[in-house]
Amino acid sequence: MNAMLDTPQTAANPVIAGRNLVKEFPVRAKGILRRKVGAVHAVSGVSLEIGQTETLALVGESGCGKSTTARLMMNLIPPTSGEILYEGRDLTKLSRNQMRPIRRDLQLVFQDPMASLDPRMTVFEIIAEPLRVHNLFKNGGRDRVNSLIEIVGLNPEHRNRYPHEFSGGQRQRIGIARALALQPRVLMLDEPVSALDVSIQAGVINLLEDLQDELGLSYLFVSHDLSVVRHIADKVAVMYLGKIVEEGTTDQLFAGPAHPYTQALMSAIPLPDPRKERTRERIVLQGDVPSPSNPPSGCRFRTRCPLFKELDESQQAKCIDVEPLLRSDHAGLTRAACHYAEPKQLV
Amino acid sequence: MSNISVSTNGAKRSTGTKGDVVLEVNDLNVSFPTDDGLVHAVRGVTYELRRGQSLGIVGESGSGKSVTSMAIMGLLPKTAQITGSARLEGDELLGLGDAELSRIRGKKISMIFQDPLTSLNPVYTVGFQLAEAVRVHYPDVSKSEARTRCIDLLDSVGIPNPQQRVDAYPHELSGGMRQRVVIAIAMANNPDVIIADEPTTALDVTVQAQVLEALEKAREEVNAALILITHDLGVIAGHTDDVLVMYAGKPVEQGTVDEIFYEPRMPYTLGLIGSLPRMDEDRNQRLTPVHGTPPSMLNLPPGCPFRPRCPMHQDICAEVEPDLMPIGPTGHVSACHFSDQLEGKAPDDVFAAVATDLSVEAEVEAAEAEAAALHAQEEEK
Repeated sequence: MNAMLDTPQTAANPVIAGRNLVKEFPVRAKGILRRKVGAVHAVSGVSLEIGQTETLALVGESGCGKSTTARLMMNLIPPTSGEILYEGRDLTKLSRNQMRPIRRDLQLVFQDPMASLDPRMTVFEIIAEPLRVHNLFKNGGRDRVNSLIEIVGLNPEHRNRYPHEFSGGQRQRIGIARALALQPRVLMLDEPVSALDVSIQAGVINLLEDLQDELGLSYLFVSHDLSVVRHIADKVAVMYLGKIVEEGTTDQLFAGPAHPYTQALMSAIPLPDPRKERTRERIVLQGDVPSPSNPPSGCRFRTRCPLFKELDESQQAKCIDVEPLLRSDHAGLTRAACHYAEPKQLV
Repeated sequence: MSNISVSTNGAKRSTGTKGDVVLEVNDLNVSFPTDDGLVHAVRGVTYELRRGQSLGIVGESGSGKSVTSMAIMGLLPKTAQITGSARLEGDELLGLGDAELSRIRGKKISMIFQDPLTSLNPVYTVGFQLAEAVRVHYPDVSKSEARTRCIDLLDSVGIPNPQQRVDAYPHELSGGMRQRVVIAIAMANNPDVIIADEPTTALDVTVQAQVLEALEKAREEVNAALILITHDLGVIAGHTDDVLVMYAGKPVEQGTVDEIFYEPRMPYTLGLIGSLPRMDEDRNQRLTPVHGTPPSMLNLPPGCPFRPRCPMHQDICAEVEPDLMPIGPTGHVSACHFSDQLEGKAPDDVFAAVATDLSVEAEVEAAEAEAAALHAQEEEK
């Protein structure tokens, strides 16, 4: 039973999967030669699988490598090692020409809608551009763009307006329409609602949920906000310093996070409920995230881990020397990368 | 020795008891002249702040929540037209000159801004900047005394190794530490009022928890009143006693934190609560967004500013802008003609849980066009 659980819990055929992805960015000296003096370990051995009509959320704080992972999964930046499997092919081995038709299936929505829309193009042109790039505009492109504008809840009469004439939420809808233009199978959503006001954010979240049901899309949802994630995701992977520290289905994770970092993250998110907020347990982490160019040995979280401080010396030695792997043979339902994982109910 | 009652200003520290009114804001109005006309950013804000109280001001971007406190601190540009009154312990703050304000700012009332890197000076050490905050108001404090106090202050906001950190430059500290230095500067002179304007928006959640804890501790130690301005209802729920909800430059609802969260009586507040994804609810719970966008503050149409986005609106809403009306004996007030209809309503009773609502968007646009036409007519006259 355990052996079965230890394989990632997904549907039989993932749409896209990343295996042992590693990305190191070189740190170069300032001199003329710009010799490589070190490396930033942005992503260190991440494996992900996204099934059909499934939302996988990638959660973590800034600098933990979640956006880099999303870009690696799209093969936008070459990984240092590891492979990305899509339709039985390893995307990292493909040439640019071979990659181009596959790009239609993998699309990206960015965080800041103003920065990702060309201010000198009309909404119609913005959404039509991917079709033109792939030579698909000639047959029925015009109707396709008009229907896309309607699908994302914009007024088709506004197709000749420019991005600055829209509000933040509407701009994000334009970004989503552009990503949908080529009928993709996977959308990578990089913090798509973090820049929006709450009353508008809810509309975009509902839109993403509706689109997934109607079009059968798979999402990789990158976010730092666990409350949004709980609403939209089927599965969650929590990242810390370039590694996945805990993963599981959304229900499993919120029922009892087992990794001390997930527990701290969950307890740090304020609940919009004064009575619960007064009584709930709060785990406040000390210190800051260590630099990814020189990560701690063994468990990367041990420098801030509240559990580590309670362990005796021999137990601490294990955290320092042995890197914990994702495992499910602890009392909880998730897979956690901690030697002393123990589930804890927090919400 | 306690961290705070160091000799520097122990004698002069604020001694008022809990519950005294420290800050009284009355009918505050702020407008900015622009090329397109007068932008009425704040339209009649009134509140009272008591010692030891913490007041949360919540609203969307552009609702005037920051401008209100900038006006109180005298930080707005000279072109801003400010009317009304803001009294700190009975003394009027509005209309004071720069020199007079400088004697009050940082001593009786201090402010924490969103981005700590821009509020700290990059070319001075944090110790220098902390000592400056003390010595500018108490010039007879010696440098070494000031330094000891700096170390105590850094320690009290939870900065590890304060003896070394006191000589660090801002760029050597992480975002959370910088914000804690800013909090230490704000509490350096035991102020009566601390205004925190989105103090944790730029920070990660685990760091946000640390900073909010430091802020809470700082407030307790100096017994100050706190104004916490944020758009995050979660932060409001955990760290304030009273809440003021702002929309289009006006307070639309005010009450204790429990009243606002459990018995909101203004559709906008209800909509905000319903549109919030919650970690303690599973994904079957649909969110209820508030469709449309906030009105432009240039030429507001008459009537209730929330009318175009409000599913409950009726004819009277287009003509008369509702005043804040008391709901009960507790001081809970809301600005809605139909606030009694909202009793016991859940967000999804009022707002539809759909992704888009083109009729609302169209109505918002029509209202904007109407206001623009009105403005054009006035121009012609």
